[in-house]
Amino acid sequence: MAGPVVSETDIDAAGLAVRLRAVTKIYHSGVTALGPLDLEVAKGQFVSLLGPSGCGKSTALRLIAGLAAPSAGRVDVSHRASKADGCHPIGFVFQEPTLMPWASVRENVRLPLKLAHVTATEADRRIAEALALVDLCEFADAYPRELSGGMKMRVSLARALVTDPDILLLDEPFAALDEITRFRLNNDLLALWRKLHKTIIFVTHSVFESVYLSQRVIVMTARPGRLAREFRIATVEPRGEEFRTSVDYVAYCREVSSALAPSYSGQRGA
Amino acid sequence: MISLQNIGRMLLPAAVLAAGFGFWELVVRINDIQPYVLPSPLTVFQTLVSDWPVLSESLGVTLLTTLEGFIAAAIGGVALSLLFNQSKWLEYSLFPYAVILQVTPVIAIAPLLLIYLPQQTAVIVCAWIVGFFPVLSNTTLGLNSVDRNLAGLFQLYGASKLQTLRYLKLPAALPYILGGLRIAGGLSLIGAVVAEIAAGTAGSGSGLAFRIAESGYRLNIPRMFAALLLLSAAGIVIYGLLALVSHLVLRRWHESALGKES
Repeated sequence: MAGPVVSETDIDAAGLAVRLRAVTKIYHSGVTALGPLDLEVAKGQFVSLLGPSGCGKSTALRLIAGLAAPSAGRVDVSHRASKADGCHPIGFVFQEPTLMPWASVRENVRLPLKLAHVTATEADRRIAEALALVDLCEFADAYPRELSGGMKMRVSLARALVTDPDILLLDEPFAALDEITRFRLNNDLLALWRKLHKTIIFVTHSVFESVYLSQRVIVMTARPGRLAREFRIATVEPRGEEFRTSVDYVAYCREVSSALAPSYSGQRGA
Repeated sequence: MISLQNIGRMLLPAAVLAAGFGFWELVVRINDIQPYVLPSPLTVFQTLVSDWPVLSESLGVTLLTTLEGFIAAAIGGVALSLLFNQSKWLEYSLFPYAVILQVTPVIAIAPLLLIYLPQQTAVIVCAWIVGFFPVLSNTTLGLNSVDRNLAGLFQLYGASKLQTLRYLKLPAALPYILGGLRIAGGLSLIGAVVAEIAAGTAGSGSGLAFRIAESGYRLNIPRMFAALLLLSAAGIVIYGLLALVSHLVLRRWHESALGKES
């Protein structure tokens, strides 16, 4: 499998975390899911991929994570020199919490470290840190079924953070949550991003979410997904609830929505 | 708290049993039926007590056979399933034969096995043949039911095949494996009994089924009933034990072991 590890120095010198060049993904069924897509994400940036369902934005994320190989083109991901045992350059959060139901919160978060053979004491310390980041310390011994949807998602986030990744890939993580919980997690995610300086690539189909969270919004076309338009969301940082109700925010949302509209027009029954 | 419904669920079957025994006892007494035609429940219990030395020994023999067959079925079924999971070609090559072994009635295989194998081995093999398939098919189903995203996560973190098996596939398959074992427990008993019956009085065995066959020839009908009662009780205990194990293992996380409102 063609892994994403290529020419690290080159991409690092350019200050990039992720670079896609003319990346195409064609499934075995012959359907072209993605591309050709070009994308550069600078280190520390918060970028949203926005597009209709089935436009290949999740596929793009899987390609970056190395979970699938591109049919054509190149995927480069920055790999820093490993800081410590059990550090993994990429953290991935799926649309569902994707927790192991048979394991407690603590054991779920431990998983990436266990797979990397990190010693128990070191792992315990980092699990405690990760759980503190998502404010779930008291629930370390709970089982996933005992948690609410939002809490499960935060466990999933803690698991992605426990390896101290440089890049966080989030695949519509909050799509299944109610609005209030989603707003809260949006704010939590922004706070984490400001605190930890990670590169975040966030896949969503919500215009409002993408504008609220990201510095750059990449609007994608319907299948096969390509870059339709890109927006830079320039606003006063740090963002908070007041941004969500500001005139700027509404203006951005209107612009992004109109850029997204053509992607939907070709879809029947959308 | 024990609700009225729970009490009902325990009391009603017991009441039915008592009523059934009462009716049976009554019919035998009113019509003055001889014990060699139909023994009354009381006679059966008396036989159970008086013949306990013989019957308990036979019960031990049958239970040991069942246990050996069950363990062989559990290990064989899980091991074969893990092997199939590692290699699709092996699965394609061997799975049909596992099915054939399962669909051919064991009562028809038993006489052949008794010719080629020592009797005790043949009986265990019979118990294994009927017991291993549910374990195999359930484990296979379980291993294939792993959450795709979780599998992706293991891939992302570079998990080895062994790690994936140990930390993902086996735990995910556990509820299915336990379900298979629950079926295999009862089936192992059936397999053991079938083989004992096939061995018949010609055999040197002394299991419960052998006692039933032997008592049949001697028209010792009360002892037949007593042995049958013991077999039935053994089956219930085996099922209950396996269900309990399953519940204890899964109670923290699996839907099947959770209360309705929790």
